[in-house]
Amino acid sequence: MKPHSNRAWLLVLPVVALVAFSGVIPMMMVVNYSVQDTFGNNEFFWNGLGWFRELLDPSTEFGGRFLDALWRSLLFSAICLAIQIPLGIAVALTMPRRGLALAFCLVAMALPLLIPWNVVGTIWQVFVRGDIGLLGHALNRLGLAFNYTQVPLHAWITIIAMDVWHWTSLVALLCYAGLRAIPDAYYQAARIDGASSWAVFRSIQLPKLRRVLTIAVLLRFMDSFMIYTEPFVVTGGGPGNATTFLSIDLVKIALGQFDLGKAAAMSIVYNLIILTLCWVFFATTTRGDADAAR
Amino acid sequence: MARIAFQQLAHSYHPAPRGPIDYALRPMDMAFDDAGAYALLGPSGCGKTTLLSIISGLLRPSDGTVLFDGADVTPWAPERRNVAQVFQFPVVYDTMTVRENLAFPLRNRGVPAREASARVDYVASLLGLTAALGRRARNLGADDKQKISLGRGLVRSDVAAILFDEPLTVIDPHLKWELRSRLKELHRQVPVTMIYVTHDQTEALTFADRVVVMAGGEVVQVGTPEALFERPAHTFVGHFIGSPGMNLLPCEVVSGEAVLPGGHRILLPHPPARETLAGRRIELGIRPEFTRIARDGDLPVLLRRVEDLGRRRIARVELAGLALTATLPDGAAPSSDAARITFDPAHLHLYADGRLVEAAP
Repeated sequence: MKPHSNRAWLLVLPVVALVAFSGVIPMMMVVNYSVQDTFGNNEFFWNGLGWFRELLDPSTEFGGRFLDALWRSLLFSAICLAIQIPLGIAVALTMPRRGLALAFCLVAMALPLLIPWNVVGTIWQVFVRGDIGLLGHALNRLGLAFNYTQVPLHAWITIIAMDVWHWTSLVALLCYAGLRAIPDAYYQAARIDGASSWAVFRSIQLPKLRRVLTIAVLLRFMDSFMIYTEPFVVTGGGPGNATTFLSIDLVKIALGQFDLGKAAAMSIVYNLIILTLCWVFFATTTRGDADAAR
Repeated sequence: MARIAFQQLAHSYHPAPRGPIDYALRPMDMAFDDAGAYALLGPSGCGKTTLLSIISGLLRPSDGTVLFDGADVTPWAPERRNVAQVFQFPVVYDTMTVRENLAFPLRNRGVPAREASARVDYVASLLGLTAALGRRARNLGADDKQKISLGRGLVRSDVAAILFDEPLTVIDPHLKWELRSRLKELHRQVPVTMIYVTHDQTEALTFADRVVVMAGGEVVQVGTPEALFERPAHTFVGHFIGSPGMNLLPCEVVSGEAVLPGGHRILLPHPPARETLAGRRIELGIRPEFTRIARDGDLPVLLRRVEDLGRRRIARVELAGLALTATLPDGAAPSSDAARITFDPAHLHLYADGRLVEAAP
């Protein structure tokens, strides 16, 4: 029999404490808030599942507002993925394979990824302003009445353009790494088989990029679904509520209105939605792998 | 199907080659006959893969021309040359089934679906892949994947040549034999020019009707496996082919006799003309298989050790300080360190600066 000592548990203690303070205790605080109501003064009243019922019932003011924000977030993520993934693949395919041009490309593409998020927001906020912004002013001078503070569509275009600028290079860099891992023999075989460049893309490059793309889509989905800083800086959620995504709405409720109960219920559901979507996504892609291995 | 010929073909990977050292392939004239089974044999870095890439069109030679049936195809792209190539590592299209993989070259060339399907069925039956046609190609073993690569070449009925670039490298040893004999069998059924690159002499000698031995970017000998064994045209061939390789003894030729170090003299059956040897490095070559260790042998040697290779035994001996190998006949048991060796005169070859000296007429 192996020597056995209960004192070994002490070795786990630091980790347990760390996880408790960073994850479990804050999470339990949120759960605690979500079943209570407060009118300030640190006085709390038991509310049971009331907030959750209201949240999930779109006919109430709270529920309707949540559903609207949820749709906005989902739409935003969908548009971001639909643009950034194909664009990232296209950029990766056209990147030079060696030399100075490659070094330049890599540095230029890494730059947006290294800029702090609120700075990205500020850059774009200034960039699209009608009075002093390069793009906004130029568009206005061209006769296009571009105004992201008044027109919801313009606000959306601005935020999506910003996110594409900010994150497409991540997808491109991941895909580039994936493409470089394909042995030359595949391209040579395809040339000998008379494959067109489209056929090479469809039957060699895309299948070999599958795993990398899984990671890229997962990262981009999570990030775009949780986006807060950049739209907060650029539009502040407006005009009206046009760009109020889940995260922005959550902050409005929690810190703006100080509705701790509502905000707690909302963050729990928000969290569950992200977990569920990521799990579904992960499960479907890895099941694809298992199928293929059969 | 085509006869492939080279005229003054050479290749250098340097943009501005200075001297022969920069050439991966030295200038050569050579031809592969239609429907022949060839092996390109040589050590790593001898230029055999370069030569293969030039035939397939993946690489454009820096000098000279490539002819298919007399037509200059040097500038042609691979798809136009109509060659097939099987690579060292199996290349299959992951997302496709075996059937789709085999049909891929036909689909790219716009062959009607029905015709393509019939052709795929035929090739699958040749390769023993019929049962696997509906399966995903990526899930098959390395040997089946190599069959698919080969099949993608065979489906094209007009394929000019099939090139193999060390195709058995990643195949398990017990499957190598099977694949090799299937390949040989296939060549009998489908008379297409096959060129097989390898550094493994067993593979080359069992597969090919004619073996092209390369060294240092040059073709040193083209011949049947027997010719390579019995009359190596170059000391490299003698050394590279056969295990162990040919014995090479430095010598001088004096009045029809080879004088070895230590003053031993061996009568040459066909002594060459005197002037052909003047000023050159002369070596006497004899394969271990054509030497005999016996009590009544010609030359005294010192027996160093005997190696048992299972099928036969090899004696390592010393002749006046020169290491030699000899095969020991069954049952022979040299009793002491001192033994005597006899060379079979019919298989004695004389080399000058590494090249075989033809006997004087």
